[in-house]
Amino acid sequence: MVKNNDIFILSELIGEKIHPITYELLGKGRELANKLNTCLSSIILGYNIKELAKELIYYGSDKVYVYDHPLLKNLDILLYKHNIVKLILEEKPSIFLIGATPFGRSLGPRIAAALNTGLTADCIDLDIDEEGNLIQIRPAFSGNIIAYIKTSTRPQMCTIRYKTMKPAIKDIKRNGEIINKNVEILNNKNIEILEIIKAKEINISDADVIVSAGRGLKKPEDFSMIKELADLLGGMVGASRPLVDEGWISKEHQVGFSGNTVKPKLYIACGISGSPQHLFGMRDSEIIIAINIDPSAPIFRIANYGIIGDMYKIIPRLIEEIKRRLKSKNERNN
Amino acid sequence: MNDGLNLIVLIKQVPEIDKVKFDIEKGRIDRSSAKGVINPFDLNAIEAAVQIKEKIGGNIIAISMGPPQAISSLREAISRGVDKAILLSDNKFAGADTLATSYTLACAIKKIGKFDIIFCGEKTIDGDTGQVGAEVAEHLNIPHASYVSKIIEYNKENIIVLSEMGSYNYIIKLKFPCLISVTKDINVPRLPTFKDLMKARKAEIEIWDSNYLSDIADINKFGIEGSPTRVIKISMPKEEIGKCKIFKGEIDEIVSALVKELGVILKLW
Repeated sequence: MVKNNDIFILSELIGEKIHPITYELLGKGRELANKLNTCLSSIILGYNIKELAKELIYYGSDKVYVYDHPLLKNLDILLYKHNIVKLILEEKPSIFLIGATPFGRSLGPRIAAALNTGLTADCIDLDIDEEGNLIQIRPAFSGNIIAYIKTSTRPQMCTIRYKTMKPAIKDIKRNGEIINKNVEILNNKNIEILEIIKAKEINISDADVIVSAGRGLKKPEDFSMIKELADLLGGMVGASRPLVDEGWISKEHQVGFSGNTVKPKLYIACGISGSPQHLFGMRDSEIIIAINIDPSAPIFRIANYGIIGDMYKIIPRLIEEIKRRLKSKNERNN
Repeated sequence: MNDGLNLIVLIKQVPEIDKVKFDIEKGRIDRSSAKGVINPFDLNAIEAAVQIKEKIGGNIIAISMGPPQAISSLREAISRGVDKAILLSDNKFAGADTLATSYTLACAIKKIGKFDIIFCGEKTIDGDTGQVGAEVAEHLNIPHASYVSKIIEYNKENIIVLSEMGSYNYIIKLKFPCLISVTKDINVPRLPTFKDLMKARKAEIEIWDSNYLSDIADINKFGIEGSPTRVIKISMPKEEIGKCKIFKGEIDEIVSALVKELGVILKLW
């Protein structure tokens, strides 16, 4: 089906802004396009999005296909799919990247099935082999193994896990082509969005500091200690899967393969031994501090700093000491 | 015939994730290392269907694709309230990726004929793709809703659900026939009673092979032949070792060294 060797990415909106996953898709897409010496195109669907199309060029697109229509304001899955599939059949790209967000995970499989092509879920890296085929790298079995996957059909489609790739850098001197496409409307009454409610904003993936607790935490009330430390450091509370499964804290706080992937400046792991499934979600943090009573805990293998000891003894002292320091700093400043 | 809803649940048998071992050289999992269980998310899909049946009446069929051992999981589905179970099992189905799997399941559903709602779990714990549900919906040309954490209301023509799409939750009305993939938050699956288990032991599980579907299917789209994606190798996640600086000494020394370090990292003092 290859007409050209182009790479396509699907941009995603969050409210009226571009979802940051899009910049990661553009970063990786640009790298692959350079390797293959080909063109990078973006697709954007929404309402009143003409200005955003320019942004996609500044962030590395050579071409942007724009679908601007009031009915595209929200994710109408069948309408989005119809227009995207039509474009892919016309332009026949070789690679098509989509974010592994709820949006991409719901829409991507429909597009792939309609095109009768393969779709690799949740990739954490991509590469090109000697023949110019896409190598898709993804964890499987809850992060216990890493699989390398190739696709024999075209386009080679995959979804990309948020916060695993380097975002593109903005360059307002970049030029590109904006192509306004005619939106085809369906007379489909099978599905209707009745209401859209903004969800609670707990996006741990965007936090600079995360203080996380694991099985070392003895009871749910003790999260107050973790929260106090996180608040003092301007951070958010994280948790490993067992605590979420127990219902001690909501899923938005879960770090790990089946939760969120995080890359904060500082990650403090309290009483977390470091299962592959947890390490998968936080190993790319800039600085990792681990507090654990067991010196053989795998978390120490990836931590930058370690404290072997009881978190119940260390954290309260730590909170005390930070408060003291902050207080004396404030007094100095006054 | 009943005049309630015709419900279908898609389930998969998966190895118990905490026990399974991997054969890195052969690039696959060692299925003998752990026993097969129903994918945990699919238990919520079964429970969602059973709750609707209890309220409005109807009939539930569970479908699974897999080796003959998967019969035990279909039996468990019956013990949890499913009326009839079908196993799609054939060497021709083996090695299927999500495209071939969803195609095969869609063919079986077409073979069943009339249905109102298909339920599935948001993903499986072994494949971890979460793609099969939406792909089945596409093959059947029906609407779907993903990440459904709540069923708001339903009647004999449509259903209204809460779909959690990250920063926004959508309240969506779907007309039958449709597909719904559910999260773990949607319900708490009940445990089967002793009586249910006894009934399930005696239940007949239908086994459908590729021939049985050949009148409506393109058999070249089954299994490994119909799968465009191929795993070329697997590896274990890399582990960096030995860069960790351990703070030692009395607790006061440790805390003071750590706070000093925190100050540097976060530019606090």
